[in-house]
Amino acid sequence: MKPELIVARIEQQSPGVLERHYTAYDGMLTLETAPQRAWELLKFLRDDEMLDFHFLTTLCGIHYPNDKGRELCIMYQLHNWPKNVRVRVKTYLSIEDPHIATVTNLWATADWMERETYDFFGVIFDGHPNLKRILNVEDLDVFPLRKEYRLEDGTRTDKDDRFFGRAGNEGVRFE
Amino acid sequence: MEIQSYFSSLDSLDGELATLNLGPTHPATHGIFQNVLKMNGERVVSAEPTIGYIHRAFEKLAEHRPYNQITPITDRLNYCSSPINNMGWHMTVEKLARIEVPKRAQYMRVIIMELARIADHLICNSVIGVDTGALTGFTYMFQERERIYEMYEEICGTRLTTNIGRIGGMERDFTPAFHQKLRDFLKTFPDRFEEFNSMLERNRIFMDRTIGAGPISAERALSYGFTGPNLRACGVDYDVRVMEPYSSYEDFDFIIPVGTQGDTYDRFMVRQEEVRQSIRIIRQAYENLPEGPYHADVPAYYLPEKPDVYTKMEALIYHFKIVMGEVPIPKGEVYHAVEGGNGELGFYLISDGGRQPYRLHFRRPCFIYYQAYPEMIRGAMLSDAILTMSSLNVIAGELDA
Repeated sequence: MKPELIVARIEQQSPGVLERHYTAYDGMLTLETAPQRAWELLKFLRDDEMLDFHFLTTLCGIHYPNDKGRELCIMYQLHNWPKNVRVRVKTYLSIEDPHIATVTNLWATADWMERETYDFFGVIFDGHPNLKRILNVEDLDVFPLRKEYRLEDGTRTDKDDRFFGRAGNEGVRFE
Repeated sequence: MEIQSYFSSLDSLDGELATLNLGPTHPATHGIFQNVLKMNGERVVSAEPTIGYIHRAFEKLAEHRPYNQITPITDRLNYCSSPINNMGWHMTVEKLARIEVPKRAQYMRVIIMELARIADHLICNSVIGVDTGALTGFTYMFQERERIYEMYEEICGTRLTTNIGRIGGMERDFTPAFHQKLRDFLKTFPDRFEEFNSMLERNRIFMDRTIGAGPISAERALSYGFTGPNLRACGVDYDVRVMEPYSSYEDFDFIIPVGTQGDTYDRFMVRQEEVRQSIRIIRQAYENLPEGPYHADVPAYYLPEKPDVYTKMEALIYHFKIVMGEVPIPKGEVYHAVEGGNGELGFYLISDGGRQPYRLHFRRPCFIYYQAYPEMIRGAMLSDAILTMSSLNVIAGELDA
């Protein structure tokens, strides 16, 4: 199943749902969509007989603090086993209002994956049956995988990345 | 396929429902798990798992470590088969840096990964035996696991948290002692394993306890994201080693055992057969072990020989750059999956070209399938619930990350 075929099928069946698409560094087709339409796209990918992306491999958050209005990325990775094709779906949320529809009604496995993403990034999955912290303590008041939270004491100077030539962790988007 | 609510309407029934804390530190849970159970006599009405007791923020830590220093973090995911995690991580970085690993190193990795799979399955299956009341098999299988750990020791110096291999290949070639130990293992292990097998496989008590305990249908297992032996026990033959062969798995002839019922007995049987298949793979890899270098020629990523560091300028520079995390790495995102002891272990890595990953997400099979546990034990006896948990082989390190 060629990437062009997948894209053509999506655009034919639900026009306008794709914002952009590209092949990532590792050769996996990546589809970007608006958060309001992510559920619709995922459901289509799962249910369409030709595409048949029936398996939700993983789901995770990514934080791009410098991308105003699109700070939080949610990445869904789907897999079609019979044809052995994987696809990524990405959607970007504003950190001010990080809401997205849950996919627990499409895959039972999304339950804990979404709880984990909520726990670490503060993304609110609307409609999730039990959205609460999963790995961290319940009374934690931060979302620790966001980039503003440093791992170690911020006053240390001996581990400053600038001393190693490159700053790193500046945030990148991929074509 | 609506998801079931955590507390079904059964909770509000009149009667004597008891709340029982199973765990977090109960010997029968083999790890730090807590399950708050609602019990109707001996039967589980509903369960709510609480996890995170050994959460160590691996994904955050990984954003603050150079690539080679992330390997020890992966040890601590599924610590029953750490080499598979290590190799999976090396292969992810190699995919990012576009490093081609020599055939010999690939075969060496296969041998080590299959030894790790055997060690992992031995623990799981002998613990199922323990939980059904058969301790003896466990003590014998632990001796076999010990021999595998001695082989790890020959390769990398450590036993449990192995940090085995390097980005670009292996750290060192197999030693003569390793060859001796592996040959010895291949000669004697299969018979001892069959002895263990004959103790349980057709044992009436064992069968009565495990058949029908904690079943799950293939459809539900897929919805819950099951992979690995737990999924294969339901009859779905998905295996990353065959689906997307890595490290030359396409060279070997082996079968993917599947079950039919998805219950504890099938999970046990699938793992038993996988151990035999792993031995088959090791034999093939060892007999056909290619000659040649055991690491790729990538001085920017692979540490030079120590004597060279003291005598050659170039080696000193590379050594310094690798140790100080000064190695340029391409920008890009990569997903790489290996067949871990418990299923598809995936590494989703985003690199911005900096010295550490921008983001590293682990697809941890234990975390993903353990959420099916409440559904699998609903209505079951408490003793079956314990058995179901041990047959799922939930490893706390991988669960909590």
